[in-house]
Amino acid sequence: MLTPNKTLIYRHHDGHKGPHSHPHPHGGGMETQRSGSREIKVVRRVLDANDLMAARNRELFAAKKIFVLNVMSSPGSGKTTTLQKTLSHLMPGLRCAVIVGDICTTIDADRLAVSGAPVVQINTDAFGGDCHLAAHVIERAVAGIDLDAVDLLIVENIGNLVCPAEFDIGEDKRVVVLSVTEGEDKPAKYPLMFRQCDAMLLNKIDLLPHLEYDVQATLASVAQIHPGMPVFQISAKTEEGFEAWLAWLRTQVAEKQKS
Amino acid sequence: MHEMGIAMDILRIVQESIPAEMTGAKVQRVNLKVGQLSAIVPDSLRFCFKVVAADTVADGAELAVEEVPVEARCNDCGHAWTIEDAVFVCPQCKGGRVEMLSGRELDIVSIELSEEEGKHADPQ
Repeated sequence: MLTPNKTLIYRHHDGHKGPHSHPHPHGGGMETQRSGSREIKVVRRVLDANDLMAARNRELFAAKKIFVLNVMSSPGSGKTTTLQKTLSHLMPGLRCAVIVGDICTTIDADRLAVSGAPVVQINTDAFGGDCHLAAHVIERAVAGIDLDAVDLLIVENIGNLVCPAEFDIGEDKRVVVLSVTEGEDKPAKYPLMFRQCDAMLLNKIDLLPHLEYDVQATLASVAQIHPGMPVFQISAKTEEGFEAWLAWLRTQVAEKQKS
Repeated sequence: MHEMGIAMDILRIVQESIPAEMTGAKVQRVNLKVGQLSAIVPDSLRFCFKVVAADTVADGAELAVEEVPVEARCNDCGHAWTIEDAVFVCPQCKGGRVEMLSGRELDIVSIELSEEEGKHADPQ
């Protein structure tokens, strides 16, 4: 909503400004003859190839009874530290594996491999520097993992609150990590991500005494975008709040194994 | 940021959708539906499509983007409304069990083709 003294100079979607923004009247037939041109109905999702691959991944994970968690956040939210600590609590009770996506470097994979879990690093610069992990990339990555020895597969997506929300990779649940150093307005600025996720981790709460961060404002914002989504307030550094987060995750894995 | 990949997907689907008998066809326009809650910037998508479509059947084709509003329905009271400002709480009953009916689209609706003169079989 705009206040009266502000002007919106750029809309995310500008469909009404384009030269051809009116809805098309479509006939019932496959194609309609227009003056000098033929219109051919297509009606396909642009991401149908990704959706198909994601469905295949999901089938594979279902057959192996592997719970797959897609972890997303902006860069620097503490995803990797959170996952390091999470793995240290879950293993060896649960057999975990990790796929970690970055544009460059194997730094995150090296950090996560300390846990003893099999880790596959994906560098998307080989795929054109992609800003997200797509389903076919996951398919290739799991080829390097013994799936018969895995209960929980964690996919650490590329640090980005926009694009990964658009791409199904065949996961069971999605988690977004937000850190208190990023600002209370992030959910409102990236509603698709917070709408698409099944749980949220509010990380770095050990820093709250040093910040003017309004936790209640964040929670209120999340409650508008995704009412009822569980939010776990944690510190990956001190492991404060980890019990509830780990309990949620263990429940998800157990339910997948019962399925 | 992923508009280049999306543009390549669009070009692939466009190429697959041209009937085999239309050998000389040129794509004039691609009609897309993009939901308001999709992570796509139409201007970036148009630019990327122009780049990937160069020297193909879709060279110079227009990407026409129809914006689809976010329509929702409350699973508690049945109220249906259009969501603005990303508030997914029912304005009637304040419930949070809200189902999105539209707004996530990223669909190709149709393509418009022109046929080059002389490429048709001669009726005589």
